[in-house]
Amino acid sequence: MHNIDSYSHLRGESIYLDDIPELSGTLYGAAFGSNVAHGKITNLDLEAAQNLPGVVRIFTYKDIPGENQIGGIVPDEPLFAEDKVDFEGMPVAFVVAESKKIAQKAVKLIKLSTEPLEIITCPRKAKEIGSLIVPPRTFKTGNTEDAFRKCKYIFEGIAETNGQEHLYIETQGAYSIPAENNSIKVYSSTQGPTAVQRHMAAVLGIPMHRIEVDVTRLGGGFGGKEDQATVWAILCALATHHLKRPVKYSLDRMEDMRMSGKRNPYTSDYKIGLDENLKILSYEVSFYQNAGATADLSPAVLERSLFHCTNAYYVPNVVATAYSCRTNLIPNTAFRGFGGPQGMFVIESAIAKAAEELGVNAWEIQRVNLLKTNDEMVYGQKVVSEAISCWDKLDEEFDPQNIHNDVAIFNASNHLFKKGISYMPICFGISFTKILMNQARALVHIYMDGSINVTTGAIEMGQGVNTKMLQVAAKTFSVNAGKIKVSSTNTYKIANTSPSAASATADLNGRAVQVACEAILTRLKTFAAKLLSENENRISIRDEVVYVKDSMTDLKWNDLIIQAYLQRINLSEHGHYATPVVNFDPSIEKGHPFAYHVFGTALTVVKLDCLRGTYEIEAVKVVHDFGTSMNTIIDKGQIEGGIVQGIGWMTMEEIVYDNNGKLRSNALSTYKVPDIYSAPKLIDIVFYKSEAENLAIFNSKAVGEPPLMYGIGTYFALRNAVKAFNPESKIGFSSPLTPEKALLGLYKK
Amino acid sequence: MIQFILNERLIQTEVSPGMTLLDFIRYEKHLTGTKIGCREGDCGACTILVGDFLNDEINYSSVTSCLMAIGNAHGKHIVTIEGLNIEGLNAVQNAFAEEGATQCGFCTPGFIVSLCGLSFKDSQSFSDAIDAMNGNICRCTGYKSIERAGEKVAEIFTKRGSSDKIDFAVNNKIIPAYFQNISAWLKKLQSEIKREIFTEAPEVILSGGTDIYVQQHDTIDEKQISFISGRKLSNLIERNGEYCYISAAATVTDIANSKIIQKTFPELSHYIKLVSSTQIRNMATLAGNFVNASPIGDFSIFFLALDASIVLTDGNSEREIPLRNFYLGYKILDKRPGEHILKIKFRLSEDELFNFEKVSKRTNLDIASVNSAIHLKMDEQDIVEASISAGGVGPVPKFLEKTSAFLSGKKVSASLIDSAIKIADDEISPISDARGTEEYKRLLLSQLIKAHFIKLFPNLPLQKFS
Repeated sequence: MHNIDSYSHLRGESIYLDDIPELSGTLYGAAFGSNVAHGKITNLDLEAAQNLPGVVRIFTYKDIPGENQIGGIVPDEPLFAEDKVDFEGMPVAFVVAESKKIAQKAVKLIKLSTEPLEIITCPRKAKEIGSLIVPPRTFKTGNTEDAFRKCKYIFEGIAETNGQEHLYIETQGAYSIPAENNSIKVYSSTQGPTAVQRHMAAVLGIPMHRIEVDVTRLGGGFGGKEDQATVWAILCALATHHLKRPVKYSLDRMEDMRMSGKRNPYTSDYKIGLDENLKILSYEVSFYQNAGATADLSPAVLERSLFHCTNAYYVPNVVATAYSCRTNLIPNTAFRGFGGPQGMFVIESAIAKAAEELGVNAWEIQRVNLLKTNDEMVYGQKVVSEAISCWDKLDEEFDPQNIHNDVAIFNASNHLFKKGISYMPICFGISFTKILMNQARALVHIYMDGSINVTTGAIEMGQGVNTKMLQVAAKTFSVNAGKIKVSSTNTYKIANTSPSAASATADLNGRAVQVACEAILTRLKTFAAKLLSENENRISIRDEVVYVKDSMTDLKWNDLIIQAYLQRINLSEHGHYATPVVNFDPSIEKGHPFAYHVFGTALTVVKLDCLRGTYEIEAVKVVHDFGTSMNTIIDKGQIEGGIVQGIGWMTMEEIVYDNNGKLRSNALSTYKVPDIYSAPKLIDIVFYKSEAENLAIFNSKAVGEPPLMYGIGTYFALRNAVKAFNPESKIGFSSPLTPEKALLGLYKK
Repeated sequence: MIQFILNERLIQTEVSPGMTLLDFIRYEKHLTGTKIGCREGDCGACTILVGDFLNDEINYSSVTSCLMAIGNAHGKHIVTIEGLNIEGLNAVQNAFAEEGATQCGFCTPGFIVSLCGLSFKDSQSFSDAIDAMNGNICRCTGYKSIERAGEKVAEIFTKRGSSDKIDFAVNNKIIPAYFQNISAWLKKLQSEIKREIFTEAPEVILSGGTDIYVQQHDTIDEKQISFISGRKLSNLIERNGEYCYISAAATVTDIANSKIIQKTFPELSHYIKLVSSTQIRNMATLAGNFVNASPIGDFSIFFLALDASIVLTDGNSEREIPLRNFYLGYKILDKRPGEHILKIKFRLSEDELFNFEKVSKRTNLDIASVNSAIHLKMDEQDIVEASISAGGVGPVPKFLEKTSAFLSGKKVSASLIDSAIKIADDEISPISDARGTEEYKRLLLSQLIKAHFIKLFPNLPLQKFS
């Protein structure tokens, strides 16, 4: 089934935040962010801005009726700076004016004076001086020290990954509207409507029931609007609260890049030990996460790095320690993969390092260490593994031996061009690792004309979740898709939502839709049985017709519904779902945190221009474990998009801060994401259908985040190409592998 | 008063001529299908089509409306996504739907507009379809589904043969039927209105606007603007004896399509692909690239190696200066107040050697880390005269005077090139910035100098540089 949103998308008729028809009297906001990364505020001069004609009011922390606090995990993030600023771009004031242009002009007239404080941008330095967001955490299994003594080979090193801009094409934004009785309605481009509602209530000092957050769709999120959409919505709502006027703030790209968090950069130390058969016996890793100035979601991101520190490999002895380091960068946040990719990059680096030193191919080490079913992960869960099946299927489908031969011949006969190959297996756990978040609700109404409305806590941001929710309802009721409308996500309809994140949105909300539909269906069957004087066990609905056993009756869906209504049968249901089984005890860092795992393997081939340091991705060939995909068009799109986003992170996307913590890559002209020419020439995806029962909706495994990690393969393929040209290359393990790093890797002595 | 046709409606407006077309479309006309992604021409979410007569035929170009002054829309047909909708989905939209080529949908209207614009082109192969979308960024799909949709659309066009472009596109449901009436309507409109928007005392002389709207989109509408590209110019690029003259109003696309330029630079299409996106090329001018004075301006580097001259005018008198003398310091030009470039002049030299190299973080459609051009007059294996230029290695687009002088009169060899690289390294002064470290830029220039010679002398044993 095609994406149900494509019709309006393609005609330019989908309504994003900035497209909502504006109410008369709407005012426009613009935030003033700190111009220094760390400093004590000595003066805030608002006068010139205040006097600009058209400026209605400028808000600061003094205008907050409730608490000046929006930190979700750790209460360390003020909405507005009070006496000091901790990062460049930190909101200090919010201008509200008659037009957006005036508001932006006024922002430029605000003068902030500060006394400089020491600026820290390096996470290792932050750790040295004890500047941590939360206490360090350690996941442990077996005994690494004993195991290292038994290892034939031991290698150590450093691996680093840079951050990544989400670069959703729709920037952050919100539009708040006053409602009676001190209430507010807010349209927000957020993945987490409840987070917006909760923090807004605290800032405004009003109960959550007075705040209606409504989200139709996002023009991309990728994690960047999970927590970081909240601030803009609250700024608007604060102004609406005081002025009783609608207030809108749709950020310009440069405001967005300067003031919103990115993927957490990591620097890590690893030590890996192998036996003579290349089996990994022991692995130690320390992650130094650059959290930025406040916690945001960094502690949760950090946790997922620990969960995924051994990727798709079984390692019997592991010690993984993670530090969330407080620096003076913009608070970093969720980004597709949520710390998983950062964790996986380190063990892949360790394996590549070992392979290099031992003179073997990395894939020889990768293959013999893949997870088997019932292997126990470092966090205590026994996996149902498809790792080996996916790898072997790849070998069967794509004949890698032939590819290896071609590359060897190419490299022997070309001096200025070299090709490189890599394998990238993945294992990604599905569920929120915070157990309580694994719950969802859905509201299903059948109207008296037989049409159906479905509302859930899921946010449509391009991943196709609306289509999947519709499929669940259509399949459960056995009605045509045209009967169903999926409506905007709204906190008055669905309360206490978990954010649309962790790849689990379709699973959680889809199950809730299923629960709701089944409850109504049961009532309808009971009612139909009564109408037809039949036993309700014999009643079914197929393609909008009531059946008794296998024989069709004259009772059609629309008749059934209107009659049920007339007989006062409840045609609405609020379904609730909480993932069973999952548990985790942080005091021992053990449990069964994931409903299931997603597996797959990618084979990447790249070609490097060794004269210029530029490159092309020739092919990414993937076998991916979909379980039983409920929508192959949508799921294939997730894989392709994830791969290219991952490749961007590993290649051209380079976040650059100067030593003063100022973002230099602050526009699309200085921060490049893949364009149509830089996508791989070929992406070949084989749908691997795993048969094992799982907790996914209709056995269709989550697909949002896992494919991004195939992109990591591009880094190692490129690195292999550099090494093919210059075996003595000093190139380390530091992503992204920009043309600069490639060229220096090729030639730097 | 500014007048133009917007989709199917005549617009007559008194808004400031410097207002972006994007703001007018979205916030005055409430056509919200045109999206804002970056306001610097880098994402393509605000792509629209601009129709005007080329010779006697109406021709449409895709542009990013965030960088287009509404004054530049005067007398033209402007098409947004709403103006491409028919009952149901048009053929391009349908191809996207079939292939799942839209996910979050925010970039989608821009892609559709770009690809519908293919209707008006002479060549409509699969690679033309991809090129048409090269200024559109999608963050969701990874482009493969968009490529598949592009393939389907190109397939439709293979049946066009000699049919009229617009009739064919209408009959195949690529564009709505009203396009068949636009030509007559626009001709009538153009005959009724004054094409020039006249300003007594211009504060800004605006050509394509692709740079100034990136820097000053929030203030430029308050300024008095004189529009260069609004002027009717018949011969944008012409040959006169051994010289070629390029008008200040010629866009990069005009240059790419010029038979004169194509003949002189056989690799032109490759260079153009490195320069910018289709939408930007349709607006950006050579003169704009020169006066922008960016130290990495691609065409500055290109024409420095060719020893081009520029003709400047203040409206009364003209003066000609070599481009090499135009750049006095970082963003400082030998240009007096009130002066603007009238035309560019360079000697055509088909039998001489030329090469342009550029490396950036993203291979295509990015600003260079370092770029370089070389121009060689040869006598067998001897270099009679060498000109080499480089960008990103100092405060101005740099003509490498010493390196050029050193190479002149020498025989090409690996050791000559090694020596030239050392001289070049001494005359540059790159700094570390978002486009690369100083160390990298020095190494990169040396590699690009090697690349010039490897490309120009494929038969010489230069392949084995260390």
